[in-house]
Amino acid sequence: MSIDLLEGTPAAPPRDNGELVFSEPWQARAFGLAADLVDGGHFTWDEFRSQLIEAISRWEVASDDGEAAAPWDYYRCWLTALEHAVAECDLLSGEAVADRAAAYASRPAGHDH
Amino acid sequence: MHDDHGHGRSHPHDDYDASSPQIRIEALEDLLVERGIADRDRIDATIERFEHDIGPMIGAELVARAWADAGLRTRLLDDADAVVAELGVRGAEIEHIEIKANGPGVHNVVVCTLCSCYPWALLGLPPNWYKSPEYRARMVREPRAVLSEMGLELGPDTELRVWDSSSETRFLVLPERPAGTEGWPVYRLAELVTRDSMIGVARAAEPNGQ
Repeated sequence: MSIDLLEGTPAAPPRDNGELVFSEPWQARAFGLAADLVDGGHFTWDEFRSQLIEAISRWEVASDDGEAAAPWDYYRCWLTALEHAVAECDLLSGEAVADRAAAYASRPAGHDH
Repeated sequence: MHDDHGHGRSHPHDDYDASSPQIRIEALEDLLVERGIADRDRIDATIERFEHDIGPMIGAELVARAWADAGLRTRLLDDADAVVAELGVRGAEIEHIEIKANGPGVHNVVVCTLCSCYPWALLGLPPNWYKSPEYRARMVREPRAVLSEMGLELGPDTELRVWDSSSETRFLVLPERPAGTEGWPVYRLAELVTRDSMIGVARAAEPNGQ
């Protein structure tokens, strides 16, 4: 017996009630990268979850104080958690990431690569 | 402007600054790939899987089978992990799943108050509202009001049980089987099992026009 996802039947239920799984490509990359680092044994989902809880909680505290820098964005919290998890297990230094981001941000319009 | 770089990844363009998520994730991914820590193809495959292969249809089939088979239902409520493993659901090994059955006078609903824990293997990734600060806070404080706003009215005699997911335990609600579906095959039953009914913010769909 196996779950066959009802493939080939006309009655296959709607898979996500019409909502996109990721609303922007960067969200998908952030999700996929976290999953890949878990699969690679660099950290566990539990460790990642602790970072995620912390990132969400920081946003909520700032929001309660009226100091939230940005509107609620779940995947921004996810990305922050990912950056912290990567730094925590010494995969990359924060400086290396910041340098690379600065370099990408200063690419000329219409850059080729 | 080059809008299509032809390699399937969407590249940020010049209008993003270094603190934008688009640039931050690109920098992070490229550095980790260059160092051999992450793998672009594996990331692509994971995204593909969650976008196309994993979703509420997996949970829906499980629920429909439990409706159709009392023995399976009993085992599912007793030890969901064993049944899910037996059914060969991919990815279930990272989650401990508990199934909470609705019945006459009892309704279950699931929330994750701290973040977004959710039975990925059975439902895919959670919808945006499930992850929102409002749902996470209010589903504990005033669950009946939230359910009513979402279109689910529960009678005053119905006991409402709110389950807070955690990294240890992910919950799935087994909704009540709608009347008028006697003798239906599993694939037709599964059609009535919506994602929202398995989170507990809705009932299973009615067999309209059957």
